[in-house]
Amino acid sequence: MTFEPKILGFLCNWCSYAGADLAGVSRIQYPPNMRVIRVMCSGRVDPVFIFKALLTGIDGVFVLGCHPGDCHYLEGNYEAEKKFMMVQKFLNMVDFDKRVRLDWVSASEGKRFAEVVTEFIESIREQGPSPLSGENMDQELFNNLKAMENSVSSDRIRALVGRQRKITEVENEYGERVPIDEFNNIFDKAIHDEFVRQRILLSLSSKVLSVKDLAAELKLDPSEILENMLTLKSRGEIDYQSIDGNTPLYMRI
Amino acid sequence: MSEKESEDVRIGVFVCSCGTNIGGLIDVKAIAEYAKTLPNVVFTEDNLYTCSETGLTQIKNGIKNHNLNRVIVASCTPRTHEPLFRDCVEEEGVNQYLFDFVNIRDQDTWCHQKYPKEAFDKAKDLIRMGVARAARLEALENIIVDATPTALVIGGGVSGMTAALSLANQGFETHLVERENELGGRLKTLYKLFPIDLDAQTLLDNLKKNIKGNKNLKVHTSAQVKNIEGFIGNYEVVVEENGINIDLTIGVIVVAVGASLLTPTGYFGYDGKIRITQHELESKLQNNEVKAKDIVMIQCVGSRNDERTYCSSVCCMTALKNALIIKENNPESNVTILFRDLYTPGTYYEDYYRRARETGVIFIEYSPEKIPIVKEHQIKVHNEYLGEEILIPYDLCVLSTPLVSNNDNKALAQMIKVPLEEYGFFLEAHVKLRPMDFATDGIFVCGSAKWPVDITESISQGYAAAARASRIISHDTIEVEGATSFLPDYNKNLCTGCEVCIKICPYNAISKNEDDEIEITQVLCKGCGLCGATCTNHAIIIRHYTDQQILSEIYAYGGKEV
Repeated sequence: MTFEPKILGFLCNWCSYAGADLAGVSRIQYPPNMRVIRVMCSGRVDPVFIFKALLTGIDGVFVLGCHPGDCHYLEGNYEAEKKFMMVQKFLNMVDFDKRVRLDWVSASEGKRFAEVVTEFIESIREQGPSPLSGENMDQELFNNLKAMENSVSSDRIRALVGRQRKITEVENEYGERVPIDEFNNIFDKAIHDEFVRQRILLSLSSKVLSVKDLAAELKLDPSEILENMLTLKSRGEIDYQSIDGNTPLYMRI
Repeated sequence: MSEKESEDVRIGVFVCSCGTNIGGLIDVKAIAEYAKTLPNVVFTEDNLYTCSETGLTQIKNGIKNHNLNRVIVASCTPRTHEPLFRDCVEEEGVNQYLFDFVNIRDQDTWCHQKYPKEAFDKAKDLIRMGVARAARLEALENIIVDATPTALVIGGGVSGMTAALSLANQGFETHLVERENELGGRLKTLYKLFPIDLDAQTLLDNLKKNIKGNKNLKVHTSAQVKNIEGFIGNYEVVVEENGINIDLTIGVIVVAVGASLLTPTGYFGYDGKIRITQHELESKLQNNEVKAKDIVMIQCVGSRNDERTYCSSVCCMTALKNALIIKENNPESNVTILFRDLYTPGTYYEDYYRRARETGVIFIEYSPEKIPIVKEHQIKVHNEYLGEEILIPYDLCVLSTPLVSNNDNKALAQMIKVPLEEYGFFLEAHVKLRPMDFATDGIFVCGSAKWPVDITESISQGYAAAARASRIISHDTIEVEGATSFLPDYNKNLCTGCEVCIKICPYNAISKNEDDEIEITQVLCKGCGLCGATCTNHAIIIRHYTDQQILSEIYAYGGKEV
C-alpha cells in the first residue's frame, strides 16, 4: 500500500481559506490528504500547535496566510512568519524542518492554493511517514519534539519572538534598533539553550540523574549540560536529590 | 488553565447533501450515521439542502426535540453561510457562538471529485474535528458600546474645513481645531488654483462663510489638542484654546494637519530673493511683484533623491500654472522649466502642459546624475537632446520644493496611537482597502497629512474622511463581534506584565490600567488572535478560537492527545 501522508493545514479566514474555497468553486482538483483548521489570522497559530500536531504523528503541517502586506489584520502574517521561522529553527536541530511549511495564498488564488498544497503533500510523501506515527514510535524524537514544544511554550522564547519585529525593525526599550544578525545570534543561542534545558527537565521528570548521565543521554558536552542545569537550579526547577560518591544526582522539583 | 465545568453538552450534526454537490460524491447518510458515534453527539440528520427553509426547520426541530445546545452544519463554507445558520440557531435559543461549521463541499467534494472514498474519509475527519471543537465552544455576546455623536477635526486647512463642514452639515456637533489664529492653512498663501485658475481667496472665503453660518460647527483657533484618551465613540479630548483648556467628549477624530514647506537652504543658491521657491513665487504673483524677464524653474528640488525618495505630486502642476500666469502677464518673458519627469495626469492637468507649450514655455529635461548648476546670472544644464551643456540666463530662478511632513506629527501620532510612514506622514490602515482610515477604529485621515496632495484632492479626501467618520457616529451604539481576545480574572495571576501583547496588537486594543494590570478594550479588538499566540505566559484567551478548541481539533485529527 502506498503511503498517504496525513497533513494538517492552518488557514487564515480572509485569504487562504477563501483561496481554498475558490479552488473548490473552480473545481480545481488536488490530493485529498489535508485537513483544515480555520483560524482568523495566521498570526493566531501558536507555535505550540505545530509541535502538538507533529507529536500526534501527523506527517506534515502547513500554515497558510495572506500575502505580505495584505494581512486582514495589518501585520499578523509578519508575526506568523517570525513564529514559523522559530519553529523551523527548532525542528532543524533534529532535521524535521521540512515537515512544516509556511506559504501565502490570497483569496483570488484558488489555483495557487491547489498547487502549493499538492506540492507540499508530494514533498511529505517523498519524506515518508513521520517516525512519530504508527506503532513503533521513535521515542527519542518524541522527547526532542516534546522539549521543543515546552521551549516554545516558555516565557523567554515567547518574549523573544514576540518582540523580534519591534526590536529589529523599530526600536527596543532604549530607543535602539538591534541589527538582525545580532538578534539572530542571541535568539539562536536562546533557542538552543532552552531546548537543552527542556530536554534535561524531561529526562529528570521520570528519573534521577547526574550531569554525566544526562550528557550521555542527550549526547551533549557535560560542561554545556552543567551550565544549563545551574540555570535550571537557579530558576528553582531542579535540585540535588542525593550524592552518589562524589557525583551529585539531580531531580526535578 | 482553568476551564468552566462543561455543562451537559448535546451536539446535533446536520449533514447537507447540497443537491448532488456533496451527496453526489459521498454518502451523506453514512456520514450522519458516523457522526452519531462521536462523543457528545445526540442527534444527526442529513438534509437535501440544509440552507433551505425545510433544512432550517429541521435544525430548529432538532434543537427543540433533542434539547441541543451545540449545532454543527457540515456543508458548504462558513464564509457564505455561517451568518444564516447562526441566526437560525439563535432563533431557537441557542447562542450563535455555539454553532460550528464544517466545510465538506468547497474544500472537499468539489476538489476531490475522482476520489469518493478519500473525500468520504476526509469528511469524517473534518466532522470529528468539528465535534471536538463544538464541545468546547462557549456562548458569547456581541459587545455594544455607546457612541457620542460628535466629531473632532484636527487642522483647519482646506481638507479639514471640508471634512468639518461635511460632518456638521450632516447634523453632527463638530469641533475644528486650528493651530493658527485663523482658518485656511496652506490655502491662505496660494494665489490661483489649478485646474481652473480659481482664486484661492475665493475658495477660502466661501468655506469660511459656510463654516461661520453652521451652528453645528465650533471653530477653535489658536488652539491645540493637548491630550486624547479613550476609544472609538468615546474619546476624552483636551483642547487648549488661547491658553484655556476645554474638555470635549468626542466620537470620531479626523486628522487633517496638512504638511509643511521645505525651505531649500543650500539648494541651487537659494536666497529668497532672485532664487526663490514656488511658494514664494505665489505671493509675488499675487502682489504683482514679478518683473523678471528670464525665469527658470527647477523641478524636483529636494525630492525624489536619496534623502526624500517620494514625489511631492503638486509641484509639476504648480510650476505649469505659475509659468502660464507669468506668460499671460508678460508674453515677452522667457520661461524655462528644467524637469526630470512631468506629472500631469488626467485631462485637465495635461491641458496645462499643452497650453504651456503653445505659449512658448521651454521644457528641458535634466537627469539626477547631471543636475543643473545655478550660477550668479546663468544656469548651466546638460541638454539631453543636444547632448551638450547649455547656459540659460535668468533674473528669477524658482525652485519647486516638496511638501514635507510636520515636525509635530510624531507627538500627535503617539497621542492617538497611529503610525507614521518613513517620511513622517500619517500612515493609513490600507492604501487601497481603507485609505481614509487608521488601523485604530474611529480615527481618520485626509489631505496632505497623509501624503502631499493638491487642493482638489484635499477636498475629495475631506469629504471621504467625513463620510467614513459619519458611518460610526450616525449610530447611537457600536456593536462588535464577541469573538475577541480576553484576559479572564482567573488568568490574571499568570500575567507577568511583560507588555509584549501591548506592542504586538495592531489595533492598540491592549493597555495597562492604573493598577498596572493588562486591560483589553473589547470594542477595539478584532479577534485576530495575535496576542494569544504571543502571550508569554498563556494568560490571554482568544474567544471562539481558544487554545483548547484548536488543540481539540488537532487531537481529533491526530488521533491522540499529546
